[in-house]
This record gives sequence, C-alpha cells and structure tokens, in this order.
Amino acid sequence: MLEQYMPIIVLLGVALVLAIILMSLSRIVGPFRPNKTKLNPYESGMDPVGQARDRYSIAFYLVAMEFIVFDLEVVFIYPWAVAFMQHGVGTFFAMVVFIVILFIGLIYTLKKGTLDWDMKNIKFEATKN
Amino acid sequence: MHDIIAFLPGVIIAVVGLIALLMEAYKKSADQIYGLTIAGILAALGVAIAALFGDSGTAFTGMIVYGGVASFGAVVILLGSLFSVVVSRDYLMEIDLHRGDVYSMILLSIVGMLALASANDLISFFLGLETMSICLYVIAGLIKDKKTGAEAALKYFLLGAFATGFLLYGIALIYGATGHTNLTEIAAVAEPTLMFMGGSALLLVGIFFKIGAVPFHMWTPDVYQGTPTTLTAFMATAAKSATFVAFVLIMSRMLPESDTDIWTNVIQVVAILTMVVGNLIALAQDNVKRMLAYSSIAHAGYLLVGLAAGTPEGFTGVLYYLFAYTVMNVGAFSVIAYYERNKGLDFTEIESYAGLGFKFPLMGVLLSIFLFSLVGIPPFVGFVGKYYVFAAAINAGLIPLAIIGVLASAASAYYYLRVMVYLFFKDSHKEYSLKPASLLFSSAVVLMAALTLYYGIEPVLPFSGLIELISSYYSL
Amino acid sequence: METYAFVLLAVLAIATALGMILNKNTVNSALLLVLNLVSIAGVYLLLQAQFLALIQILVYAGAIMVLFLFVIMLLNVDEEESLFDKFRIKYLVAFLLGVVIFGQILYSLGGVTDMLPEVSSEMVQIGTVEAIAEVFYTDYLFAFEMTAILLTAAVVGALLIAQYKVKDSGETE
Repeated sequence: MLEQYMPIIVLLGVALVLAIILMSLSRIVGPFRPNKTKLNPYESGMDPVGQARDRYSIAFYLVAMEFIVFDLEVVFIYPWAVAFMQHGVGTFFAMVVFIVILFIGLIYTLKKGTLDWDMKNIKFEATKN
Repeated sequence: MHDIIAFLPGVIIAVVGLIALLMEAYKKSADQIYGLTIAGILAALGVAIAALFGDSGTAFTGMIVYGGVASFGAVVILLGSLFSVVVSRDYLMEIDLHRGDVYSMILLSIVGMLALASANDLISFFLGLETMSICLYVIAGLIKDKKTGAEAALKYFLLGAFATGFLLYGIALIYGATGHTNLTEIAAVAEPTLMFMGGSALLLVGIFFKIGAVPFHMWTPDVYQGTPTTLTAFMATAAKSATFVAFVLIMSRMLPESDTDIWTNVIQVVAILTMVVGNLIALAQDNVKRMLAYSSIAHAGYLLVGLAAGTPEGFTGVLYYLFAYTVMNVGAFSVIAYYERNKGLDFTEIESYAGLGFKFPLMGVLLSIFLFSLVGIPPFVGFVGKYYVFAAAINAGLIPLAIIGVLASAASAYYYLRVMVYLFFKDSHKEYSLKPASLLFSSAVVLMAALTLYYGIEPVLPFSGLIELISSYYSL
Repeated sequence: METYAFVLLAVLAIATALGMILNKNTVNSALLLVLNLVSIAGVYLLLQAQFLALIQILVYAGAIMVLFLFVIMLLNVDEEESLFDKFRIKYLVAFLLGVVIFGQILYSLGGVTDMLPEVSSEMVQIGTVEAIAEVFYTDYLFAFEMTAILLTAAVVGALLIAQYKVKDSGETE
C-alpha cells in the first residue's frame, strides 16, 4: 500500500540528507572567522534602520490574498486534470466556465493596477503616519 | 440546459455582474454600468416572475430547487435589489461611490442571494450565504473616510466570519449524523440523535446571526448605520429575504415530520426575545438609521413568529411578509437617503427632521406611508403581512406568542410615529431648501408606495391575490 | 511498515506542535507549524485519503502559512512574553477547558486498540483524486461554479476595500 509513495519518500530522504551534508560540509571545510561587518544583515549595503515591523503598503496584502485565491483555483483544477479525459465535454466546459469567471476577476485586478508596482501608478498607498 | 433554465435569474445576474466588472476594468462610465445593472435585474425579475407560474422541481442533481417558493424568493430579492439600485444613483454620486465596481459587487451579492434562496443542499446553502456575505462585508465598508464605515465593515466581517464558523460546524455535524448534505435526503434518514441536534443548534446559531435575531443581533445597528443608506436598504431587505427563504426551505424540507417541535420551540423563544428587545431599544433611538436598524430586528422577530408556527400557513405568511417588508423598508430608506443627500451624511438625527415634511411634501407623505405600513396600520401592506403571520401562529396554537407579537408591534407605533411628528408638527430652527429629487428616484419611490397601498387593499378585492399564489405552493 | 510510518509521523506531529506553542520566536513557530501540517498530511496518506493530503499541503502548508508569515512579519508583535509571566484567571480557565477537551478525545478513543483503523477497499475508493473528480464536476457542478463566483467576489471586494479614492489628477488622496 505504501509502496506507491516510495518515490516521494526517497525524494524527501534525498533532500534531507543533501541539506545536512551541504550545511555540515560548509561548516567543516570553509573557514569561519566572524567579525562585525560580516555579520551584518547586508554585508555591503545600508545599515538596517529600525525594525522590519512597520506599516506596509496595502499592496503587499493584496498580493498575498490573490496568491491564496489562485492557489485555491489550483486545488480545483488538480482533480479535473486527473480525470477530465474520462468524463466527456461537460466536465471540460465546467472548468472553462470556472476559469473564465476567475479570469475576469484577474483582468479587473490587472486593470486596476494591483500588480503594477511602479510607485507613480500605485493607488493603494497606505496613508503615511 | 434544463439546469441553467432552472437557475436562469441567477445566471443572468452572474453574467451581467461579470460584464459590469469587465466594463469597469476597461473604464466604461458608471452610468453605463448602472444602466446595465438595472437592465440585468429587470430581465432576471421578468424570468423569475414567469417562473412563479411554472412548474417546480430540483435541478443540478438536487443541489437547488426551482419554481414555487424559490421563485417567489427570487422575485422578492430581485424586487428589493431593483428598487435599492434605482434609488442609489443620486445618493452614491453625492458620496463619490457611483462607480461600476460597486454595482458589480451588488450584482455578485445578488447571485449569492439567489443561490441561497433556492438551496436544496447544505453545500449550495453555504456557498450562497458566503457569496452574499462577502459582498455585503465590502458594501458595509464602502464609506472609508468615516469611522462608522470602518466600524461597520470590521464588525460585520469579524462577527460574520465567527458565525460562519458555527454554521459550518453545524453542517459538518449534520453530515456526520446523516451522511447526506441534500435536504430531502437528510429528512429521509434523520433521527433526533445528539449529533443531529447539536448540528441543528449550530446551524440555527449561524442563521440567527445572519438574520439578526436577538441574542446575535449586536452587529445590526452599527452595520446599518455605517453603510451607505440605499445599500443599507439592500442589505436589510434582499439579504434578509434570501436568508429567510433559505430558512423556510430548510425547515420545510430538511426536518423530518416528527422533529419540527424541537426547532420551533427554539424559534419561539428567539422570536419573543427578538420582538421585545428590538422594539424596546428602538424606542430609545434618536438616530433614524439606527431606529430603522432596530426596527428591522423587530421585523425579523415577526417573521420568526411565522416560522415558529412551523405549518405551511406559517411559511406562507413568512413569504408574504418578506414581500411586504421589502417594499416598505426600501421605500423608507430611500426617503432617508434623499434627506441625507441634501444635507450631508450626518443628517440622520431625528431633531434635524423637524419641519421637513412641508418642505418637500411628496417625500414627506411617502415616508409617512412607509412608516404607517411598518407600524402595521390597516390600509397598508405591512398590516396584511402581520395579519397572516400572527394568524398562522394562532392557528398553530401559539397564542401567547401572537399576543406578545401584537403588543410589541403596538409599541413600535411610538417610534415610527415620532418621526412623523418631527416631520410635520415641529418647527425647524434652520432654513433648509431641499433639492428636487430626480424623476427616476421619485417614480421608483412612488411605485413602492403604490405597491404598499395596492397590496394593502388587495385582500378585499374580489379576484384571487398574492397570498393564494404563495399558499398554492404548499398545497401540492 | 504502516505502523512504523504512523509512529514516526505521529511523534513528529506532536513534537512540532509542542515546539510551535513553546517557541518564543513567532517565525520559528510558524515554520514548525508547517512541519506539523505536513506530518498530518502524511497521516492522511496512511488513511488513503490522497486528495485530503494534497489539499493539506497545497492550501494549509502553502497558502495559509504564507499568510501567517505575512501577518507575523507585518504586525507589531515584538513583545514576546512568556505564557506564565502573569498568572491570570483566564489562563486557568483555558487550561481547564483544554483538559476537558483532552479528556473527551481520550474517552472517544478509549475503545480503539489498534494503531491504525483497517482501511476498507471502499474507503480506498472514495479517497482518491479520481473518485473526487468523478462527482466534483458532475453532481456538484453548481457548487463548483458558485465557488468561482465566490472567489471572484473575494478578489474584487478586497480590491474595493483597499482602494483609496483617486482624484482626477491621478494623485492619491
């Protein structure tokens, strides 16, 4: 019963072992002489000012939310992709309608400029305070 | 194909809603989208009215019902939506919200309501309810530069999401107890086990929240106050009607004959609480919008009286009352929106209504008609609706419930008539000049008043009326 | 073989769950939660619920966790205080409720002696992706299309709420 998942288990195992090997190799083989500059978050960039936890533009939230919506779309497409050959044209058109409806939402999003991050065009800028 | 025709009003509205979205994306003018919205709702309304006289049955492999109660629900929802959208234009223009995406949001919300009002399966019930609610959360938060708008959206969303959790858990328990989500299949196998009862209780909590029945009513006044007034009308009528029609469908189809008692006992208690608390708090309100919010809680209580009867007569009364409530409530909110449009958004305190009745007599008279009807005074439709609901309760043996209902509704006369006293019998301290209402707006409000009057006297007319049509759905 | 896999996954799930609530660093907590969700997905696989396992990883470990990390990053939650710093009555109530629920779970599991229930061939049949696809786009077509409307409404609604009024000059207000 579990045999069918063997490739996945092997893959997970390889990933785990590889990660451990790479991390320990770099620690063992490479030189490790820390100093203050090297431990900066951005070694050759600006010093970070203040905390990362500040008020962010709402555009970030919108992108996160759209990711979830279209991730859910994938959940619906996945079983369809497995089985639509067996179930005739009805199933096919059911999915077409589904995708078209969501696509209209996407067009609206694009036209309203949610994914347009050019600062001049951003209409979602949170008020500064 | 048969399935699509069965859900044709919903399909029309969905297509129009998506087209409106595209038009907004391609920067078509708001007036075009507004026109399209009204045309779409009219088309769907026509189809729904035609379906009132057609056959009924189930479609989409039992997921929805069509014809009969579902069609009547669709007519009421679309009627409420139509009037709210028609009167919205001037008001929304005033507050910079006359925009295409607002209308497409309304349309998508109507799709959810239509699905909800024809649900024959707990899954389609849930999806319809959620589609409707998500759009309403957004509509509640449309006024962004005022605290009340943000408060309305946040409160509605958080509490609504919480109530949805109860509802889903209830559905899961009912599914666990019976192994079905289809209402009729549940009715065939349901037994009053602990799990089924627990599921029903949680389902009821979810529904009571959405209709704003009393232990779960806290969100109503703040949300109604923060929402743009004409859209408050949409929320208070169409959304409430959709949920009540779904409630009727669940009660009449899901519960096995022997088990209705357990539900009706709960509903009786909630109905008493809702009528008493809603009316009592409304007495103390000085803000007309909040007063109407509490009065809508009270009206949910009267509707619950019909459901508590649990008989076909009771369900008929509820459906009729939904129609009556929709017509008179949208009317009342429209006139308030008219006053607000002239004097700014804060113009909802009752003192500021002093003397307004004579400034623009048409609107004053119309508001009085709607308020009389909301009280339930004879020549208006509100009286007829209340009569059917309370008569059903008395015939079902719930005489104390009916008495409390009549007393509560008598108390409601105070706060409705108080508005009229301010309109006509108080002198205003300031000089106001009211802008004339647009022709479209006035004719819509006059039409609503005409419906309020016509259906108020229809029962004494010789030919068979609306109530016979509704009760014929249950005589099959 | 199944028993070993189950023990491994169960221990992993409990350990990561404990790690999540005891860890003081919220980001580490979130990552431990990912591991927890993945091991639960493994348990679903052992029960032959392929589709559920897949959804668990795709939606919960994927999308929902992204949102969690996002919220952690953007909210001001830098004052991580220990649960037991301040003793309040609500912690006691919460603890008692937890004990009650734990007792309920133990009670309902009391009759079960095997580690994994026998997975009947019928259960294998309904858990596969094919079986779900078979009813999903036919019997539940209405729900399927309503979901599309629901998701679209959510996208548009979020945008409407997020938009600030744009003046004619194109400047943000």
